Amino acid sequence: MTRVSEHLNQALHDLMESDPSVHLLGEDVGDPYGGAFKITRGLSGRFGSRVRSTPLSEGAIAGVGAGLALAGDKAIVEIMFADFVALAFDQITNFAAKSTSMYGRPVPVPLVVRCPTGGNRGYGPTHSQNPQKHFIGVPGLSLFEMTPFHDVGELFARMFGLGRPCLFFEDKVLYTRQMFRIDDLFRFELVDDVARVYLDGAGRPDCTLVTHGGLVHRTLDAMRALLLEDDLVCELLVPAQLYPVPPLPGLEDAPHVCVVDDGTEGGTWAAEVATALYPRLWDRLRRPITLINSADGVIPAAPHLEREVLVQADSIRAAVREALS
Amino acid sequence: MIATAAPSRSPRHALNDGDLRSLLLIRHFERALLRLFEQGVLSGTTHTCLGQEYIPVAVSALLRDDDFVFSNHRGHGHFLARHPDPHGLLAEIMGREGALCGGVGGSQHIYHRRFLSTGVQGESLPVATGVGLKLAGTGALACAYIGDGTWGEGAVYEALNMASLWRVPLLVVVEHNGIAQSTPTSAQMAGTIAARAAAFGVRHHHVTSTDVGEIRQALAPLVDAVRAEPSPLVVEFATHRLGPHSKGDDTRPPEEIRRVRESDWYDRHAELDPEWFARIDREQRELVERVVAEVSARPHSRSGGAA
Ligand SMILES: Cc1ncc(C[n+]2csc(CCOP(=O)(O)OP(=O)(O)O)c2C)c(N)n1
Ligand SMILES: [Mg+2]
Repeated sequence: MTRVSEHLNQALHDLMESDPSVHLLGEDVGDPYGGAFKITRGLSGRFGSRVRSTPLSEGAIAGVGAGLALAGDKAIVEIMFADFVALAFDQITNFAAKSTSMYGRPVPVPLVVRCPTGGNRGYGPTHSQNPQKHFIGVPGLSLFEMTPFHDVGELFARMFGLGRPCLFFEDKVLYTRQMFRIDDLFRFELVDDVARVYLDGAGRPDCTLVTHGGLVHRTLDAMRALLLEDDLVCELLVPAQLYPVPPLPGLEDAPHVCVVDDGTEGGTWAAEVATALYPRLWDRLRRPITLINSADGVIPAAPHLEREVLVQADSIRAAVREALS
Repeated sequence: MIATAAPSRSPRHALNDGDLRSLLLIRHFERALLRLFEQGVLSGTTHTCLGQEYIPVAVSALLRDDDFVFSNHRGHGHFLARHPDPHGLLAEIMGREGALCGGVGGSQHIYHRRFLSTGVQGESLPVATGVGLKLAGTGALACAYIGDGTWGEGAVYEALNMASLWRVPLLVVVEHNGIAQSTPTSAQMAGTIAARAAAFGVRHHHVTSTDVGEIRQALAPLVDAVRAEPSPLVVEFATHRLGPHSKGDDTRPPEEIRRVRESDWYDRHAELDPEWFARIDREQRELVERVVAEVSARPHSRSGGAA
């Protein structure tokens, strides 16, 4: 059994060991602290100056990472809390992403910016957000997210293989969960990039849910309750690549599709997924794709208020029931 | 906001009752928070100002009611030295009725009267410059507390440049505790804060004393100048963070933590006048215990129900 945080840490060790061109930068990433969420533990002791604890300078460290990448190396930049990637917006969108094409020829920028996302930890409005949606549709930029189903070493290899900057989102609550192990009611398989979670031998599901890594456990809790208490069979699709939205398998005979997204309402990843699915499924859909998002509001610090704002298992269950009623 | 009570000084000591009360209120409040976390009663995170309490206690007496104060993640002392309302602050941190901001902001995001904090480092200085621009000429100023690590953020320099160009009454209080989370200053800051201020033509004053009266005496004319000229001023305190960055995340070597403890004001004040100190210490400890008991018994706050 491996916790998601340990799996990530091991993948970073393996990556830096096997590829001496990889650098890692971020606030407090060095030992003995090993990063705010301990994901970089042991790296600075092993890889010396390829691992740098940086000043509080999110914009500049994203730029330094882009510079290392431009000069022929590869860089992983850790933003301590995803909320602060806002400070690196210019470097990521106007430099790193555009540089891959704005000079009239392909310029590789192998840069991965890691962003710990999400709430349900009582950290309050500036330390709990899911900023994925702000980076959707930026030319030259790809978005990925940690899931409990995808080997993260393979994801790093894929992201660097693209030769363009990638944001990699990691839900902070997911860090404490196990890799490759889920609710024993369900099984999972990988269909290309996408994890498909299904009820063994159930035949056609009543509803297919699509979500991102950070919401997997809340969605599974909802699926369990829908099955046991409402007699509704759901299947779940979890892509590791969020944008561009990858092909999602097996939706052809889905009576209904729900996209579950922890980002706040408005200009969402869920809407982007639906936009990608409509042309393909238009003839077969009986009703519009249901979009489930966190509320249009800041994320409060007090747990009883925070809970109401974010997507929870019970809100997913209620939305699916309502859509199917 | 100048001294709340008539100063009754200890004969052997430069501190008055009000200052000692304020210091000890903050000390016991922060200790109580760490206890509550250990008991699993609090969620999220907290950053205590243990060891640094004397800074806001010294500074707050130089502030006027119409001054605006900007605080950061380590802001409980900044708040309590300005507004001795531990009930409201604890209710905010615990999400209980009577919370300063309805429990939405929590420990790091408070807006109460002319006190405002935010959890994103460096964000406050441009805003403080804007508020200061509006206050210029009224005699009021904008005071912003920031740490040494926050000098890594570009916004700090963009703000200092404008504050100097536009003669903004901006008082930047730097709590230089030699560390940012786990990173020592030597690993995150090239050059000095003094030289950085000088580069913008901004006055800089270095404080090494931990004596509240002495600090105030030195700062009073400088702060007056911020108001009268007006002009920005950077006051850099050499200080120590006694506790962990947040909770349970202190990776400093034990010798260093021991050295930090030795520089703490608490034992020093206690030795100077044991009886007087013990009396006020007990009073503030019991006050905080009562606050914890009262606030813990309250129902959850409602959003939009800010006090
Ligand atoms: C923009 C931004 N980056 C990172 C953080 C996370 N963080 C919170 S406090 C802190 C260290 C701050 O150090 P310093 O300014 O010296 O203040 P101190 O904690 O020592 O009081 C860091 C990295 C943050 N809150 N905001
Ligand atoms: Mg510091």
